Amino acid sequence: MILIIIVYFLLVNSEPLFAVEPNEMLDDPILEASARIISANVRCPVCQNQSIDDSDSELAHDLRLLIRERLMAGESAEQVFEFLVDRYGQFILLKPPKKVSTLLLWYGPAGLFSLGVVILIFSFSRRQKSVAPVPLTAEERIRLVAFLGKHEHTRR
Amino acid sequence: MYRFLSIIPLLGAIILLFALVWPILEDHNPEELPSALLNKQVPVFDLPGLDPKAPRVRSANLIGKPAIVNFFASWCIPCRIEITELRTIASDGIIIYGLAYKDDTEAIRRFLSSFGNPYKMVGLDRDGRIGLEFGVYGLPETYIIDSKGFIRYRHVGALTNEMIKNILVPLLNKLGQ
Repeated sequence: MILIIIVYFLLVNSEPLFAVEPNEMLDDPILEASARIISANVRCPVCQNQSIDDSDSELAHDLRLLIRERLMAGESAEQVFEFLVDRYGQFILLKPPKKVSTLLLWYGPAGLFSLGVVILIFSFSRRQKSVAPVPLTAEERIRLVAFLGKHEHTRR
Repeated sequence: MYRFLSIIPLLGAIILLFALVWPILEDHNPEELPSALLNKQVPVFDLPGLDPKAPRVRSANLIGKPAIVNFFASWCIPCRIEITELRTIASDGIIIYGLAYKDDTEAIRRFLSSFGNPYKMVGLDRDGRIGLEFGVYGLPETYIIDSKGFIRYRHVGALTNEMIKNILVPLLNKLGQ
């Protein structure tokens, strides 16, 4: 029971934790919101699998400030991303862009899965065909009986 | 015919396995990021020097002769190891510009007087802004800039003697010709 209560509080009542410090936040709520959205999609180069919105590292802090500064200067989200990619490379984006070199990354798993399904259906339909053989024609049956009769003595 | 077709999935699986395992087996450090600035013009900077009277350190200084730009800090432990190597190549006539990342003047002075100063000029990147321009994410970081101001090589982490001999010096010699 206690465990259930603990799990309940952990799952339902926990506030999401972010590394954004109050003194970093912008006064304009709209700009601040877009800064948060951008930060959530920017990889922290030192922690690698964390966004700079989550990371407490100093570099993440600097990048968060930089994003806010550029938004304040009137840049769009695309321009901010472009600025970061120009300096840190595609790696800085938590979601890789969809382009020719990342096609395999984005669609490889789905492609492999559908290939598997096709192979499965193909082999399954072949197996079913072999389960239900075509019945012998009358002529074939006569030949078979004649053949079996001829070799009757060898079976003993 | 069908027999031949039936081994295709197996063959495919083996090829896929190798394709996925190969990058792991290869000697590759996932923490080393490729530089987005490779073969691009060095970011523009204009930083105050270590002494208030010293001339400012500008990206324009880099044009004319191949040089090394080294991001360092007195609080960075690998920098202390690296600086010995840098002193050696500086004494061979290679120009090294030091950019002190998020550090204060007094600490840098003490650092350079106890470990030696290999730098032709030291610029202060107090808030790390120029570091961001270069895509710096860990100290020390070393960039080789050609005589036209293009970044030709980047290394993250302390330079070793071996690396200097095998990569840096040959590249600088090539760029110098």
